[in-house]
Parts: sequence; C-alpha cells; structure tokens
Amino acid sequence: MFYGITPKSRLMLGTAQYPSPKVLSDAIAASQAEIITVSLRREGAGGAGFRDLIKTSGCRLLPNTAGCHSAREAITTAQMARELFDTNWIKLEVIGHADTLQPDPFALVEAARILCADGFEVFPYTTEDLILGEKLVEAGCRVLMPWGAPIGSGQGLRHEDALCTMRAHFPDIPLVIDAGLGAPSQAAKAMEMGFDAVLLNTAVAKAGDPVTMARAFAGAVEAGRLAHEAGLMGQRDMAVASTPIFGMAALS
Amino acid sequence: MRVELNGEQVETSAATLSQLIEERGLAAPSVATAVNGEFVPRGMRDGKALTEGARIEVLSPMQGG
Repeated sequence: MFYGITPKSRLMLGTAQYPSPKVLSDAIAASQAEIITVSLRREGAGGAGFRDLIKTSGCRLLPNTAGCHSAREAITTAQMARELFDTNWIKLEVIGHADTLQPDPFALVEAARILCADGFEVFPYTTEDLILGEKLVEAGCRVLMPWGAPIGSGQGLRHEDALCTMRAHFPDIPLVIDAGLGAPSQAAKAMEMGFDAVLLNTAVAKAGDPVTMARAFAGAVEAGRLAHEAGLMGQRDMAVASTPIFGMAALS
Repeated sequence: MRVELNGEQVETSAATLSQLIEERGLAAPSVATAVNGEFVPRGMRDGKALTEGARIEVLSPMQGG
C-alpha cells in the first residue's frame, strides 16, 4: 500500500503536543498505529528521551518537513531526516500560507520531483486538487495525502464532494486523509468514502484523555474501513418499509 | 571566528563542522547537519571547513505531526 509496506492499522499518528511522553507512548499503543510522524528541530533539551521513545514504540517512522515554506528548505530537511531516521520515507509539507497552512502546490511539485529522483519515497501533504495530484504522481509520488481541513483545525472533511471525486480519480494510488480531523466520526467517514488511511495528531493529543481518544480513533478507522469493504447502501429520497407488507393482518 | 549556530551567534575556534560539533558537546551520531542551507552528511563533516558568518543548523529528532 505505502511503497511496499502494508500496515495492519490504517491510522497514522502524529507525536506532537501530548501532555507528557508517557501519555504519548500510551496513546501510540492505544491507537494501534504502526506508522508515526516525527520531525527535526534544533538540538536542545529533551531530544534523547524522545529518541528512546520512538525506538521502543516499534513503529515505522514518517519524518515530516513541517514548517518549511520553500522547496529548498523542504529538500534540505528531507535529506537531514533521511540520515537521522534512516528511512527514505518523507512526509513532504511545503506550506504556502501561515494562517491556513495550505500547501504551496508549485513548490510542492518541485520538491517532490527532486526528492523522488533522489530515491525518497514521498508522502505529499496536498489539497484535493486533481491536477496537482496528477503532477505529484508524475513526479514519482506513489501516495497522496489530501487535507481534510487546515492542520489542527478539527473541522473534519471540509470538501467532502471534492474528496469523493479525488478518490474516484485516483483508483490505484493510496490516498490518506492528512490533517484537519477532529472527531472519530470524521475519520470513519473518510474510511467509508474509500480512503486508504487517515493521519492525525491534534485530535488525539489535545483530547481531554488522549489515550482513550486514540482508542476511539482506532475503532472508528476500523469501522469505517469495514463499512467501505462491505459496501454501503444507496440513499433514497423516500421511505421504503423494511418490514414486509405481504402477509400483514387486516385489523382495521 | 563567529558563526551562527542554530540561530545564535557563537565565537568558535573550530575550523571544521566536526570540530564545532565536538566543541559544543553535541551528540554527533544523533544529529543531522546543514551549513548555509545545504545538507552536510555525517561522513563529510570532517572535511567541511567553516567560514566567517556561516549559518550552521544542528538538528535532532523531535515530536511532529
């Protein structure tokens, strides 16, 4: 599914903003996520503890280029991440606007092209724009990660119809809803729509009880996926009685 | 010479990136480095000469979303 890796869990979890390292560890375990996102920051206090934590989690690491606003910054960050985390995987974020954290589509494609050619396995954080998605696939991306809503906003699937179209447009490319989810129901919805996985962070980290919320999202993602596999019934405009009329007693 | 290390001006006698990392007591195996915006792989730190005003970034693993 993801560059030759097929995780059992379709939930990917971010590791930032948790109230404590212990809560982070427990939330990862409760989420059953096998892929967690990490980043690179200036060497300072607390780095060693986090290194141990990610090692003991047993999860595959997906480093990000969060905070980068140009292709060049993102490329250098990806190169540094590859060495530090010993993985070709990179969650490519090239931010176009500080308020919306919307990707800069032009710099994103430029960075993706250079990184894919350099042997990276790129997970681009993108919008639901179809042409942008095609350009990223042309650049060598074998996964696309459209946003549900702006990062950290908890708004859920803001452009549901467009995301449906995107799913239909890229039947053979794994699609991950990345960012903007606030509630397990929204994750379930994304999975029902046929997305291959969801990636979230704030919804769990900033929950009243992150560990329990991690479990809630794990259940929602599994339920949504099962529903997609089972095939949802079509909606109808009118009521259709579910109990048969045939054989009904004449009591009036 | 003065260089900028992780955004702070520092005075150093280090001639190379490796020497600077050692001088500052940074955990060499668990950091990644860049000079003037360009990645410097671990194996090339010894040969990476520093120049006056160089911008050096020394990064380590951190929480991320």
